Amino acid sequence: MLNLAMVRSPQLGSRPGLWLHEGMPPKLLESPAVKVGLSLSIATGLYGISFGALSAASGFDFWQTMALSLLLFSGGSQFAFIGVVAGGGSGVAAMTASALLGLRNGIYGMQMNALLLPQGKLKYLQAQLSIDETTATASGQSDPDEQRRGFWTAGIGIYVLWNLFTAVGALAGNALGDPKQWGLDGAAVAAFLALLWPRLKGREPWAIAVVCAVATLLAVPFVPPGVPILVAAAVAGVFGWLSHARSDEGLEPDIDPYPHRRGTTEEGAE
Amino acid sequence: MSLWPWILAACVLAYATKLAGYFVPRSLLKNPRTMHIAGTMTIGLLASLTVVNAFASGQSLAFDARIGALAAAAVALWLRAPFLVVVIVGAGAAAGLRLLGWG
Repeated sequence: MLNLAMVRSPQLGSRPGLWLHEGMPPKLLESPAVKVGLSLSIATGLYGISFGALSAASGFDFWQTMALSLLLFSGGSQFAFIGVVAGGGSGVAAMTASALLGLRNGIYGMQMNALLLPQGKLKYLQAQLSIDETTATASGQSDPDEQRRGFWTAGIGIYVLWNLFTAVGALAGNALGDPKQWGLDGAAVAAFLALLWPRLKGREPWAIAVVCAVATLLAVPFVPPGVPILVAAAVAGVFGWLSHARSDEGLEPDIDPYPHRRGTTEEGAE
Repeated sequence: MSLWPWILAACVLAYATKLAGYFVPRSLLKNPRTMHIAGTMTIGLLASLTVVNAFASGQSLAFDARIGALAAAAVALWLRAPFLVVVIVGAGAAAGLRLLGWG
């Protein structure tokens, strides 16, 4: 079966039944998840400038722009909203495009709920931070403590910086000129590719990525902005359903890479 | 007409969507097939977001400086550059190509 990032690797010492924090590591900055979270926070946060500037250029006032970053807090949906309005679309069309593009956050919510197991009211806060970057940071780690550190570092860091730089962009707006001149749209392309890259291990992830990319490009001219991404998600879902059924039929090699751990489960050994 | 109602409605929908994921029974996610599909969907969404940002311009496809960003980022990733460097390389490639008068 695919060794997806969601599967905990036993050698990293995940401990079943122990979900509480064990305190911070001796040096927080030595945690790989914290490092990834901080780099993502800076990169994504800076990109907030381009959202703020584009929003101002599209005719949104300062507080409308800030409401989108503070409350909606999902880059793709925010760009979709202002993009539809800038293109002459109605408020209801902008809302629809934004909501459709945000559907994937529901999937991220499911994954983060299963991975981080938030207790009580924490899930209401964690939900607001369940976006592309936090999900990618957390699910890229194998150890539950690292997953939590990654999620919260990226989540809080991005929330603070994204809003700060949205404000800078909204205020600087016209002074900055065209954000494209600074290559900020190219930065977004690079960021999404960098999030995808570590997952492209083996033939099946590559096949999924290529098929979904092609499906997206084919869909773009025929459906409203935002929808091609959902088409790709549906294709990936069907792909996953079928490929899992295949592996159920015993096509995967029956090799145990940890023979000395025989008898332990994927959830980790005691 | 003011855009405020639609902005606030979009914000409510966005949060409700995120939160809805937390109320899907966890047992569903213990199912290996669900986990497998969650993994394939993540790859599909990221691949789709990459090409949408690289090639889509509204409802048409465009071939502009963003392709340079995509190619430069791929090279940087292949050379194992860290995330932030990849993003800067992408921005630099797009800005540089536009400076040269393309896209």
